[in-house]
Amino acid sequence: MPDKILEIKDLDITFKTTAGPVHAIRGVNVDLERGETVAIVGESGSGKSVVMKTAMGILAGNATINGGEIIFRYTDDDGNAQEVDILKKEKRWIRQNVNGRRIAMIFQDPMTSLDPTMTIGNQLIEGMIMHLNLPKDEAKQRALELLKEVGISDPEKRYKQYPHQLSGGMRQRVVIAIAISCYPDLLICDEPTTALDVTIQARILELIKTIQKEHGISVIYITHDLGVVAKVADYVNVMYAGRIVEVGNVEEIFYDPKHPYTWGLLSAMPDLNTNDDRLYTIPGSPPNLLHEVVGDAFAPRNQYALKADWKEQPPMFRVSDTHYAATWLLDERAPRIEIPEELKNRIERMKADHEVGNGSRL
Amino acid sequence: MAVDYNAEPLLKVEKLKQYFKNGSFVVKAVDDVSFEIYPGETYGLVGESGSGKTTIGRDVIRLLDPTDGKVTFNGKDITGKMDKSTNLELRTRMQMIFQDPMASLNPRKKIGDIIGEGLDIHHTYASADERREKINTLLQKVGLAKEHYDRYPYQFSGGQRQRVGIARALIMNPDLIIADECISALDVSIQAQVVNLMKDIQEETGCAYLFIAHDLSMVKYISDRIGVLHLGRLLETGTTEEIFANPIHPYTVSLLSAIPSPDPYAERARKAVFYDYATSGIDYGKGTLHHISGRHYVYGTDEELSDWMGYE
Amino acid sequence: MTEQIQNGTLTVTDDDFVLAVSEDLETDRNYASQGFWKGVFLRFKNNTRAMIGLYIILLIMLLSIFGPMFSGYGYREIVSVRVDGTDVVAKSLSPQIAGLHKSTGADDVFADKTFLFGTDTLGRDLWTRVWYGARISVMIAFVTIITDMVIGMSYGLISGYFGKTTDAIMQRIVEISNSIPRLVIVGVLATFMPKGVWLVIVALLTTEWIGMSKIARAEMLRIKGLEYIMASRTLGAKNFRIIFSDVLPNTIGPVITQVMFSIPIAIFTEAFLSFVGVGIVLPQCSIGSLIEDGFNNITTLPYQILPPIIVLALLMLAFNFVGDGLREALAPRIEDM
Repeated sequence: MPDKILEIKDLDITFKTTAGPVHAIRGVNVDLERGETVAIVGESGSGKSVVMKTAMGILAGNATINGGEIIFRYTDDDGNAQEVDILKKEKRWIRQNVNGRRIAMIFQDPMTSLDPTMTIGNQLIEGMIMHLNLPKDEAKQRALELLKEVGISDPEKRYKQYPHQLSGGMRQRVVIAIAISCYPDLLICDEPTTALDVTIQARILELIKTIQKEHGISVIYITHDLGVVAKVADYVNVMYAGRIVEVGNVEEIFYDPKHPYTWGLLSAMPDLNTNDDRLYTIPGSPPNLLHEVVGDAFAPRNQYALKADWKEQPPMFRVSDTHYAATWLLDERAPRIEIPEELKNRIERMKADHEVGNGSRL
Repeated sequence: MAVDYNAEPLLKVEKLKQYFKNGSFVVKAVDDVSFEIYPGETYGLVGESGSGKTTIGRDVIRLLDPTDGKVTFNGKDITGKMDKSTNLELRTRMQMIFQDPMASLNPRKKIGDIIGEGLDIHHTYASADERREKINTLLQKVGLAKEHYDRYPYQFSGGQRQRVGIARALIMNPDLIIADECISALDVSIQAQVVNLMKDIQEETGCAYLFIAHDLSMVKYISDRIGVLHLGRLLETGTTEEIFANPIHPYTVSLLSAIPSPDPYAERARKAVFYDYATSGIDYGKGTLHHISGRHYVYGTDEELSDWMGYE
Repeated sequence: MTEQIQNGTLTVTDDDFVLAVSEDLETDRNYASQGFWKGVFLRFKNNTRAMIGLYIILLIMLLSIFGPMFSGYGYREIVSVRVDGTDVVAKSLSPQIAGLHKSTGADDVFADKTFLFGTDTLGRDLWTRVWYGARISVMIAFVTIITDMVIGMSYGLISGYFGKTTDAIMQRIVEISNSIPRLVIVGVLATFMPKGVWLVIVALLTTEWIGMSKIARAEMLRIKGLEYIMASRTLGAKNFRIIFSDVLPNTIGPVITQVMFSIPIAIFTEAFLSFVGVGIVLPQCSIGSLIEDGFNNITTLPYQILPPIIVLALLMLAFNFVGDGLREALAPRIEDM
């Protein structure tokens, strides 16, 4: 039995809004093994952030969890292996034992997670004093080491500064330092680079990667940016309208995608080496989950929709041990639909570039 | 579409300066920037936050009054005090698409009235039916449905709202549209939709774009020429091919290296080149614009330039 | 190469495996179904306190319109009964209902009459007077607050939109007029104006618009930097259009809320001015003048002061509830998800 640190099973969530109930999460399954990196990709409104907020126990008050479980496995302070269903725990317990302690989160905009009225140093030691019961001077020592580790020069000076005195990239480094200060087992990164200047985005991702390796942390990325996924993820979950529509390891998703939605996402991403004049895109916009979805939620935007898609939600079809996709196109009875020409050519060229399949592993 | 570079430029920006005074402290948001846009051309202006790209767009369309410099549009000087006909020309022949899909549409107005605002302001319709007809045509042109006329902005997704913003700009049949980071706030797949739509519109109407962006990835698909902006200076400009094939300024190199790829192997191998003005030893105050080849110009001192070219 | 790991219910048949792509794929027909005001209405409706406030206001309004009709007396009518050639006036009677009322003897000539709130020292029916007074008070409040809203909003919007010197001058004027205590203004006004309804209205007009103008100005400063205002400017919209067609509708929320909070202040101010004797003149009455009357006899005839005081308290409370409810309902919120 592999060591799964987080298992989300059949999660189903409805939000009560004044316009009526919004069925935002419609049966989501995500697995994360210790030390690995999983990405959840989807457009805004797909529900990707909701899933992670649920795991952190910070779901909005108007949400109802209709079913499912979120199993989190960790070692407690006495060294015993623990297994809890986060959905069954009280918010208070989660705050004391999970949030910021065993699961840490990095948000899109560092300014929203930093307190503008507190020095960097005080924000860093706050968690350590609370969760690890470190004495103040010890916490400070560790804070300075952390600042150095996340690549901030002159940590003594930065320690006394306020968030607004740092650049966007620096702030995000501070947020990362705070996130790893209590030796978390799991790091959730919600669009960690979108608010940053493009020239420093890659550096932040590389920093998270290095830290992950050094501390053996598992990481979940929530993003709409396939570039980020390509760079960091081991496994990819593609999410659409509150469901995972395709899951696989990064090679399977990028070189052998099966779901038409994944095709669209991949094709829409510009590529330096193609000289096509137009990008293939997914037409339309995501559905409004105020209305209960009949059949496949993607059918109205799908250029390869089958009659079956309008009738019934496709199950997860197995492609390989790690690769599953929810599309009727994978049914034996379905007509043979090939992946769009432009995307196919691009993938062929990319594969040729790296000789994918010759045993090299990402 | 081939751009005729021998034609009279549609927009000519010469030595544009925009300084903001903050007490005794002067921020040089735009410093000595010159470029021109030809009819039917797309000029991509790229730079990070604080580079002055948005300020340039607002100077050109006169949401701001430039500190110094000259902007000529359709042969008319649109800096300083404009006479009535110049003002009318600017307000109809040049339009803007904004960045924030939430804030760029008036939340209390119906989609139809937002799109028709230009018609209402300039009274360019004979009857209510004609107005409605024009607006419906545009709704369809940007991929929305007629039923959307009576809806309000908050009932739409980000991508749909950006389409409405495009329709609003199109209603006056402009010669030049300034697109100020109009795709930055959208999901990647929706970005591609909007870029495709803008290209279709250009093909149909022959309008020119000033496409302002903070990264180069989508710019490549839409631009004929690109200008790279940093700290208020235009560092490098040239055709898309020239910039992508032969980037010279270290900042351009850094921007190019930041473009992500949908290819895990390439993406993991990609090393982003870091550029830090403070430690680079480059002084933007000392340089001049050097002609490299074709339409390719680079800003810097002679030594810097030979350094970068040799390094390449 | 693929196999189905789980079979759904058997609604999908072999015939369903043919392409059935949406017609008109390129047109995006999605939109959320709910309008803004519908959302506001629903949020308000779900707010119990606000709804209680609304019902109280409606009840008091209805009573102040129709209440006096039920009694059959005029607000200035002195109720009297002719006994043995002389008029006996119904002075200072405690509340009584005909039929339920136990006659105190043969000289109780009003035994067959109903005075729900009793009568005052001059023999007028207090029920009639209280509702008539409430009508006057609420009317004064509405008239002045609506006028103040128009003045204050125009002032604040213009001040905020043009900014710079215009704003500086206009704001200094606001500060100066804001620094003069209301009583001083009333005192000055009272020297060259007859006391009465108009004095109260003018006194309220000169002071209450300032709050409105501040809110309108703050809204303008926030909104004028937004992109949709820039969009109007790039389309060539004139200042007038931007201020009144683009910005004004967007300030409605905070302004309505402010109105709801201002109305009880106006009612109270009117009551206060009438109480100190510069307000409503007899035989007219308002909530304030009724309280004053009642206050004079509070030790001997305490029932006289209770009805107007309760109505005043209910009105102020109810308007505050509604104001709070509106503020919450109008607050821009993204439905948390």
